[in-house]
Amino acid sequence: MAVADANAPLKKKAPGIRLFGHKVTLSAQIGFLIVFLNLFLMVFAPFLAPYGEGMVPTDLQKWAAPSAAHWFGTDAIGRDILSQLLYGARLSIGLSLLTTIIAFFIGIVTGFAAAISGRWVDVALSRFADLILSMPTLVFSLVIITVVMAREQGFVDATGMSNAFFEGMVIVGVIGFLYAVPVFRLARAVAMNIVALEYVEAARLRGENIWWVITREILPNSIPPLVAEFGLRFCFTFLLIASLSFLGLGIQPPYQDWGSMVNQNAQAIFLGKPQPLFAAGAIALLTIGVNLVVDWLLSVYSRAHGENA
Amino acid sequence: MSTTATAQERLGEHVLDVEDLRIEVRTDAGPGPVLVDNVSLKLRQGEVLGLIGESGAGKSTIGLATMGYSRSGCFITGGKIIFRGKDVRTMTREERQDLRGHGVAYIAQSAAASFNPALTLYEQICEIALRRGIMTETEAKADAVRLFKELELPNPEAFGERYPHQVSGGQLQRAMAAMAMITKPSILIFDEPTTALDVTTQVEVLASFRKLIREHGTAALYITHDLAVVAQIADRIMVLRHGKMIEVGDATQILQAPREEYTRRLVAERTVANQNLHLEQADAAKPILEVTNVVASYRSLTKVINDVSIDIKRGDTLAVVGESGSGKSTLARVVVGLLPRSSGDVKFQGESLPAKLQDRTRDQLRRIQMIYQMPDVALNPRQTLLEIIGRPMEFYFGTAKSEIKDQVSEMLRHIDLPESFINRRPGELSGGQKQRVCIARALAAKPELIICDEVTSALDQLVGEEILRLLNRLQEELGVAYMFITHDLGTVRRIANKVAVMLKGQLVAYGETETIFNPPFHPYTELLLSSVPEMRADWLDEVLSKRTGKAR
Repeated sequence: MAVADANAPLKKKAPGIRLFGHKVTLSAQIGFLIVFLNLFLMVFAPFLAPYGEGMVPTDLQKWAAPSAAHWFGTDAIGRDILSQLLYGARLSIGLSLLTTIIAFFIGIVTGFAAAISGRWVDVALSRFADLILSMPTLVFSLVIITVVMAREQGFVDATGMSNAFFEGMVIVGVIGFLYAVPVFRLARAVAMNIVALEYVEAARLRGENIWWVITREILPNSIPPLVAEFGLRFCFTFLLIASLSFLGLGIQPPYQDWGSMVNQNAQAIFLGKPQPLFAAGAIALLTIGVNLVVDWLLSVYSRAHGENA
Repeated sequence: MSTTATAQERLGEHVLDVEDLRIEVRTDAGPGPVLVDNVSLKLRQGEVLGLIGESGAGKSTIGLATMGYSRSGCFITGGKIIFRGKDVRTMTREERQDLRGHGVAYIAQSAAASFNPALTLYEQICEIALRRGIMTETEAKADAVRLFKELELPNPEAFGERYPHQVSGGQLQRAMAAMAMITKPSILIFDEPTTALDVTTQVEVLASFRKLIREHGTAALYITHDLAVVAQIADRIMVLRHGKMIEVGDATQILQAPREEYTRRLVAERTVANQNLHLEQADAAKPILEVTNVVASYRSLTKVINDVSIDIKRGDTLAVVGESGSGKSTLARVVVGLLPRSSGDVKFQGESLPAKLQDRTRDQLRRIQMIYQMPDVALNPRQTLLEIIGRPMEFYFGTAKSEIKDQVSEMLRHIDLPESFINRRPGELSGGQKQRVCIARALAAKPELIICDEVTSALDQLVGEEILRLLNRLQEELGVAYMFITHDLGTVRRIANKVAVMLKGQLVAYGETETIFNPPFHPYTELLLSSVPEMRADWLDEVLSKRTGKAR
């Protein structure tokens, strides 16, 4: 607090990078760098990858050590790890992003509705949320995915979609639904505070419908905590998809995301080879990067907004 | 004059000597405004100095600075703060820590927000004495009981066992004074300690504060925006504005012969309180709002409003007065439909309004508008004034987007705000300007009745005065009726032609303002009226002697 430095000599204004009018700390700069690097690699994977997706190079070598031809070595069937990593980024990050967006859409709409509508809607939605939360997410998603996947062929034949697309949709749907629950709880709590304010009462007195109240009065004022939660939730989704893939239930071959890469290369660790560490490192790096950015966002918004400051 | 004479006798040596104090805001964007600009003050043993001014005058900042503290982002950049011969600014961290609570103690505005609800009053009141190792727990408790007695708290032996939520607001404020006094500090700083209280409670709390200060011979800084309150307790008064000292002098001199123009305006604001602004006589026609035998309650069974009947005609201003908890705001909520009535009827222009908000038609909603107490939370901070004021036009009248901008500009002119404000957001406005925007939003619906819920109580006196004048002018121009909910009787006398006095959910007096505010009074109305501080130093003594006389 200002107690100690009330009399301290004043520091000159430090120049630095600013975003939304706030100084970006060093750790946040590192976080942004990691996130943008990942996005860049994800978007330009086809141009950057030395080999095609799932392609086994002509100079077939299993478990090749890192070399000029294969920077990160090759895996059990001779695929180039670097190429797989770049293509895997598209699946890992793309699916997580899609899942998080779905979770947020469901969570925010239901959460705000629970806060605004009558008591019974709130009770029904909240108890249902408690029910879902009482089960461990990983186990719960494993069960649902196993059940749905058992009928996979029937669905695929009936709708004409590809197996891989169906599997992707199942993962996105299930995790999106499960992660909508914590988002629901946050959105409800945030909206409860805003609904009590008089400008919302003024809107209701005017006769505005619930959609206006949600989109014009509540949403713009609840952005900061929701944005911070979005970053955090993205990490969780990303890790959950990786875990599912690691357990063999996520992305199926020939496609690989980072989680399944760790899974399929895991045996190499017993041979003293570094292959599984690259995908694991990529997962860790992106998670840390996103968390650094989220930490900064949280610190910015938890500070008093200080009208005059 | 006799009070000043005794004051001189009581006074001792200087305990606090502030010289050329300067406090500035510094942000990462560079230097900000100067909060306190070269203010000097001296405080002697047993003396009470009143610091008075509007919000932003730097009163609280000076109060905190005497403890060597400044709020986050503010820095003490110049001057000396000498406490008993030692400069607070050059003290070490430990010395300063010892000063706070022991040498100088602080009593904040909202006791309810300052107490920890999870601990008993004893634990919190004795904490500082135990932490500083001044006394043992039994000594501290005995001292606390003695202070409770002096502060005239009920059942002093058992009072400390209670939790903060178990005592009333006025008692809690006194408990805070006990907390400050437990270490017998040399200086007490009162920061608007009665502002959050009802007028009737304020009298009692003021009286016990004064007794406490006199008996212990403590020096005190009394910070307030209410000149009439400070008149009761202070020996000298310092008037501040925008961080600068305007005038300092004996309490009687400031009140009776202010030297500076600004002080004169502050004093005058209080004394004109008896002249009624409401000129236009209400139409003799049928009332627009008729409330008959309304009963309403929240989930519990107790009736918050019991059998209330009022009516408002075109051009009327009906003031609903009473202390907090009397049901005056609930009455407003019943009229607008936020709280459905359980029996009785609310008629508007002769037709009965549905009890629930959802069942009312858009036109019924349009005709009754509301203005709130806190303009800060009544306006969506993410919307521009164009959106805020334009929305009712679009919503009720389907006004085209192209026309809205012109109409909003006209509305801004109407409420004396520059048109260039149209793209500003509420965060860029002052409190008074925000309240003007709230008025504009209500007017945009072209209502017939506007409910004003304590619209001036969160504003500074002179700003509140301007808002009242604006409301009054709009009434003359538009003939709109007001239902004015307030606890400030001074306001009532000025603007209302009818008054409804509420007590515990019931109407105890109702009629023309002149009838209600002239004898014979209802006993409760008389209590309310006599509790409004007057601009005389001997007012508090008079009220207290009258009341004790009656009790006997």
